[in-house]
Amino acid sequence: MNDESAEERGKPIGRRVLLGTLGLGALGVVTAPTLQRGLESFLASAADTDPTGLTELLPNGGGFRYYSVASSVPHKNATSYRLKIDGLVDRPRTYTLADLRALPQTRMVRDVQCVTGWRVPDTPFEGVRLSRLLDAAGVRQEAGAVRFTCFDGTYTESLTLDQARRSDVLVALRMQDKNIGHSHGGPVRLYVAPMYFYKSAKWLSGITVTEDVRPGYWEERGYDVDAWVGRSNGRDDEPTS
Amino acid sequence: MSLRADTPAPATTGIRRFSRAERWVHRTTAALMGICVLTAACLYVPQLAELVGRRELVVRVHEWAGLALPVPVLAGLVSRAFRSDLRFLNRFGPHDRRWLRAALHRDKRPASRPAGKFNAGQKIYAAWIAGATLVMLGTGLLMWFTHLTPLQWRTSATFVHDWLALTIGIVLAGHIGMALGDPEARRGMRTGSVSREWAEREHPLWRP
Repeated sequence: MNDESAEERGKPIGRRVLLGTLGLGALGVVTAPTLQRGLESFLASAADTDPTGLTELLPNGGGFRYYSVASSVPHKNATSYRLKIDGLVDRPRTYTLADLRALPQTRMVRDVQCVTGWRVPDTPFEGVRLSRLLDAAGVRQEAGAVRFTCFDGTYTESLTLDQARRSDVLVALRMQDKNIGHSHGGPVRLYVAPMYFYKSAKWLSGITVTEDVRPGYWEERGYDVDAWVGRSNGRDDEPTS
Repeated sequence: MSLRADTPAPATTGIRRFSRAERWVHRTTAALMGICVLTAACLYVPQLAELVGRRELVVRVHEWAGLALPVPVLAGLVSRAFRSDLRFLNRFGPHDRRWLRAALHRDKRPASRPAGKFNAGQKIYAAWIAGATLVMLGTGLLMWFTHLTPLQWRTSATFVHDWLALTIGIVLAGHIGMALGDPEARRGMRTGSVSREWAEREHPLWRP
């Protein structure tokens, strides 16, 4: 240890640490399904008793994650919010929040599954069945699909008419038994229970009945248009509805 | 990234620690790592995600910065000084064992912390962050090119990527914190030179 060459001899532990880290990473990928199940249940129970909210910052730690594709999203409230229904309908109409609240409400409790992997169990959604709004508008014979637009100015979604008429598709006003807040897409968002959550467009402002399905924002970027949970996007999650 | 990067150090007292090439490897790696961490935070922390939005753009920047992250080190391999320092980082002698033991016992006396050009902590950090970066690169590519692999791989890769990101964030904070606590070490990385007194205290076995 009295000259520089001593520094250069020694054991190649640096290389072993590097290769060991790589090996652990690979092992982590292989054992991830088991590890993830264990951690998720542990974190879910920890999150229930965590007053700081710090567990929400851990991976898979706290339910919903916020995704927005727009640079900024305007806030809408009971005064400024409008939902417009147009396209191939006999009676186009614009609803206020009060109009929507006055209609019969449906409450459903299902899991929410995101295509990126996170899942939030037993989440209550409440709102007006989309089929009711479509029937009120009088969908014309030639119509085959519904296109949704959002007041973030960017996001779009779509469903076939048959999908849109399912009883588990809502124009949702409440989530987790609270009015939907801005960050969850409030005051009004779409809720498509049987599909991956990107179909449940936030900040819903327009429903246009069309002839054919036009791929939405993420669908133009590679996601499946028919986004059934467990049967699309190459995933095999347990169905949510 | 100091504007004073290329100001020559006072030649009378300074000892050469890092060549220009090595300092650029560090600087560009740090910048790319910084971009990865910042964009990751904007994708991941809800408050920042709400503030920034633009998910598509942030994802692109994150992906390309991550892909470029190993490039400075690979390019640095043409430098003889850099290759020589990699050898120093790789080899552990008996003095490194003593250094680690002292670190475990929170023994801060210089006499119990013998070190060559790099101390044992720096060596382990270098090897670990290199391995961790490659794991992030590999899992990141699995998440990026999802159609090349079975789906379960993507979910598993996401799991490793998320948790390792958190770990790297903590370790990087330690790395930066230690640099903040040692101005002379920072000067070495900024200007390439350190004082003889610092070198003899912190790296007594180093023979520049």
